[in-house]
Amino acid sequence: MKYTYYPGCSLHATGVSYDKSTRAVFAKVGAELAELEDWNCCGATSYTSVKKTVAYAIAARNLAIAEQTGDDIVAPCSACYYVLNRTRKRMAEMPELYEQVNVALAEAGLHTNLTVPVRKPLDVLVNDIGSDRIVALQTHSIADFRPACYYGCQIVRPYGSIDEDPERPMSMDRLFAALGASPVDFPPKVRCCGGMLVATSEAVAEKLCTDLLDWAVDSGANCIVTVCPLCQANLDLLNLNGSTNGSRTKMPILYLTQLIGLALGCSPEELGLQHGLVPVKIDAPRLSPSMVGAPSAHGEEI
Amino acid sequence: MKKRFADPHFGVSTPGVLSKSERDLRDAFRAETDRIPGGGRLDQCIQCGMCTGSCPVSYAMDLTPRQVIGMFRAGAIEELLESSTIWICASCYQCTTRCPADIQITDLIYALRRIAIESDTFPNRLPTHIFSEVFIDMVKRYGRNYETGLILRYFLRTNPLALFGRRRAGIALWRHGRLPILPDKIDGIDGLRRIIAKAETFDLPQEVVERQTVTDSVGYAAIGR
Repeated sequence: MKYTYYPGCSLHATGVSYDKSTRAVFAKVGAELAELEDWNCCGATSYTSVKKTVAYAIAARNLAIAEQTGDDIVAPCSACYYVLNRTRKRMAEMPELYEQVNVALAEAGLHTNLTVPVRKPLDVLVNDIGSDRIVALQTHSIADFRPACYYGCQIVRPYGSIDEDPERPMSMDRLFAALGASPVDFPPKVRCCGGMLVATSEAVAEKLCTDLLDWAVDSGANCIVTVCPLCQANLDLLNLNGSTNGSRTKMPILYLTQLIGLALGCSPEELGLQHGLVPVKIDAPRLSPSMVGAPSAHGEEI
Repeated sequence: MKKRFADPHFGVSTPGVLSKSERDLRDAFRAETDRIPGGGRLDQCIQCGMCTGSCPVSYAMDLTPRQVIGMFRAGAIEELLESSTIWICASCYQCTTRCPADIQITDLIYALRRIAIESDTFPNRLPTHIFSEVFIDMVKRYGRNYETGLILRYFLRTNPLALFGRRRAGIALWRHGRLPILPDKIDGIDGLRRIIAKAETFDLPQEVVERQTVTDSVGYAAIGR
């Protein structure tokens, strides 16, 4: 299986460990990731606030380049995922917009027919690779992990990436349970972390994040697993001394692909665990030889 | 923002009769909402409050999302543009997903933001629009968002002292290898700039809006669609 990889700007900066771990896990499960050639920023929500046609045009440049190879786009960042999908949807709905954007793209010799789907790593891992195959490839135990699976906003709203209830997605929980971890019940799993309010209304963003963190602590979690670089950064910043986190327990904020990578035997460096603001002190020991590849030999069904 | 604007019954002296500037703003907003697929559904709001109840940041807003729609219909557009609400929205889309009348509230907030920027009306002390400006400038310059530069320039323009308050976060991220010193520039930057310049000459196409007056697809009947 081959995919076009759209890392997005955050994965080259604050979300660098999401980039490393996504590449490592996809390599382990035998899915090829080819980085989109000379990709540009999707425009995020900032462009939408100011100039709408331009917002569609710059996002569409990436779609047009991806069509040259035709493989599905994998966009780990939830904001990129949303913006690229919105561009596809609105262009398909509005023929005039479709024309205008393609006229703009023609300035750089490009054209899009909107043929390439944009997907999240979780979707690809669960639906294309399948949890059975991931379990079969497992070499290390993650039984000591009690993750609070945190999906955040734009993976489920408004364009659901994983085909289930947008109010109560379970695919990440099921995957980790299958891998032998013990995901905790985490009701605010689709509540907002505040996104870029961390820059513009810090107090509001901090309240949203401390609520999430407290809830995870109360649920008995020992780490939070996220699918978005902004969620990860916002939550991880609470781990700093002197932040509003105060005397709270410090909690590792992992990416989905980091925890899967640990189960598949990737090294902590490969997964970028060193970029987290708190060290991960939970062990992921090698499975005994008899356990390797035994599907559902461990873990409970959710 | 004065408190009285939070009360939808106050300040709107004669509902239905708009001053000229209000009328212009309302027309501008209507033209914007008409370009949103489903924008005509604004008329279908039943003021149920699902948006406000679902919004994780409504507690910090001076006008709740429900009030925003109510005040728009009462014609109080200037107050809307001066409210903190449209700049506090974190774009989480919870209201849009849950709205029983299928109104794309998040997109309406974006429409209000654009009108606020065009009419140069901003709430005091909430410089979110500057964040957007700096962001756009970064993309035009490099083709990608350079997070380190974005954060530095945003705070230098809005509140340099806040940078000092946040130095701990910046240093921690940098020490963990998460804030690169140099920006990443794309090879096709000239092409991207041509695309942007061309796209700037287009206004978004006007939707053919059907103003629905029938009630069969509103409220509970709409739930589950």
